[in-house]
Amino acid sequence: MIEAQSLGFRYAANAPWLFCDLSFSLAPGQTLVLLGRNGRGKTTLLKCMAGLISPTAGSIRSKGIVGYVPQHFASPFAYSVFDVVLMGRARHVGLFSNATAVDRQRAAQALETVGLQAFARRSIGTLSGGERQLVLIARALASEADILLLDEPTSALDFRNQAVVLSMLRRLSTERGLTIVMTTHEPTHALEIANRAILLYGAGHNEEGPVASMCTEEKLSALYAISMKKLAYTTGEGQTSSIVASYASIDR
Amino acid sequence: MPSAVDDTSTTASSADAQAIGIGLAIPALVVLLAAAMIASLSIGRYSVGLGDLATLVSGWLGIGPGRAGVAEPVWRVVELVRIPRMLIGGFVGAGLALSGAVLQGVFRNPLVDPHVIGVSSGAAFGGVFAILLGLGAAALWSMAFAFGLAALLLVVMMSRKAGRSSILMLVLSGVVISALFSALVSLATYLADPNDTLPAIVFWLMGSFASATPERALLMVPIVAVFALPLMLMRFRINILSLGDEEARGLGLKVEPTRWLVLCCVTGITAASVANSGIIGWVGLVVPHFARSLVGPDHMRLLPASALLGASFMLLVDVMARSLIPAEIPLGVLTAIVGAPVFMILLHRTHNEGW
Repeated sequence: MIEAQSLGFRYAANAPWLFCDLSFSLAPGQTLVLLGRNGRGKTTLLKCMAGLISPTAGSIRSKGIVGYVPQHFASPFAYSVFDVVLMGRARHVGLFSNATAVDRQRAAQALETVGLQAFARRSIGTLSGGERQLVLIARALASEADILLLDEPTSALDFRNQAVVLSMLRRLSTERGLTIVMTTHEPTHALEIANRAILLYGAGHNEEGPVASMCTEEKLSALYAISMKKLAYTTGEGQTSSIVASYASIDR
Repeated sequence: MPSAVDDTSTTASSADAQAIGIGLAIPALVVLLAAAMIASLSIGRYSVGLGDLATLVSGWLGIGPGRAGVAEPVWRVVELVRIPRMLIGGFVGAGLALSGAVLQGVFRNPLVDPHVIGVSSGAAFGGVFAILLGLGAAALWSMAFAFGLAALLLVVMMSRKAGRSSILMLVLSGVVISALFSALVSLATYLADPNDTLPAIVFWLMGSFASATPERALLMVPIVAVFALPLMLMRFRINILSLGDEEARGLGLKVEPTRWLVLCCVTGITAASVANSGIIGWVGLVVPHFARSLVGPDHMRLLPASALLGASFMLLVDVMARSLIPAEIPLGVLTAIVGAPVFMILLHRTHNEGW
């Protein structure tokens, strides 16, 4: 569970607000998506939730272990996939102790959850972007997180791997009751997996609400400063919809 | 629903073979260290045969004649000269390599070694200052230690003053403090009496274990051990620090206190080795790289492997130093001559996929 009360952030006392007076509450099993243009505070808000930066105003409260999933694995060292997942156990391992059999078991389970158990001994550097994203999710799961905070988990992935990550997140929220917050540049992903959405317009202008009332053509067009269209259509899997930008609207 | 992501390159069997190789690496390093220890006890200007060595060892274990079974010069050389020298050399090598491996992990930079945080230069200045003032060995020791710690404190203060105590600020402050103390060492060298103190300073700075005595070993070994033990126990934490501040914090680690604890231990080890045997470069840089190529980057295995390999490397270099030519070659010179080409080969072999 996450609860935010009139949250606000700005870099300096006289700087404009990135976001302000933002209140929301997320129950277990709910998914929230943060939408907005580059530099409008999506990642900042996510880091506030993760406790990595303190908000300038307001308060944020979360119940349970928070698992922060960065966009990339940034270590210069070629750790094995299992080692990386095992590091998720940091909270459960004492200062002068090492990972125990229980920690290793939890890491193995987490790796199995994302379906990468066969990759355990591979060096993380040899994995594709999609696989790496799943490893980072597994690491958060190994920490026994109740809340997953993901920074653009699908941004560097091809379409199939985007679908793999999204369906993994949907499964984790419906089957395990995890609370999930993610940033993305794809409003369609919000339609796919989210219950709620926050739109960050910048300059302290932001709104929060159910995903259906946030992801409208009118709001998204204003959010991205480009004409956005919502397309509804039928596929083999049933009725679905996508949100696309009308790129031509910029030139003409 | 898609169930698995696309597979890529290497096969499971090559990963298995690699894992077996890693499993054998540590026992192999233990054997190497045992061999280096034997070499260090027997080779030198006064050669000690393996038979005499075995007799002495059996005496220490209480299962053989010991001293009574060998000529007097043999046990005197072994017990009063070679063993202290072996202990000091081994612990200095292990300590420097361990420190290097830890710093490379914590600073997430494979080109870092104990000199980077300014401790070596600080300790060197302390020692040189003591020699300049004509003080004795005890004073040299304490001053090297004190100035090493002072250098770390200056680095801490500088990186704090500069705002957020980030890794970059830490390394930059280290470089600045290091340069400052190096300049002070040069100044002290310039002021030193060329007939008397100058040679003492120069030889001390170049590094040697020739001054090893049982008393020195008794001082040196516990100090290095006391600082190395926490590092060994914090291996898992060091893995997590190597992910970078933000990821480590995201995993629930208190990054700054943990990092400072690690740096204090490294300072203790480095200052103790500089105080005892001057600046011995390259060990802290090259050995962790070599160890990483044997056991991988996981600090759980890397730290013991680096310590074992560092001790062996130092002992073998010391054997070379005292047996290649009639006079002793300064250790710092030899470690550089051996280390530089090894490092170049290692760099050449490094894959694109990471360290």
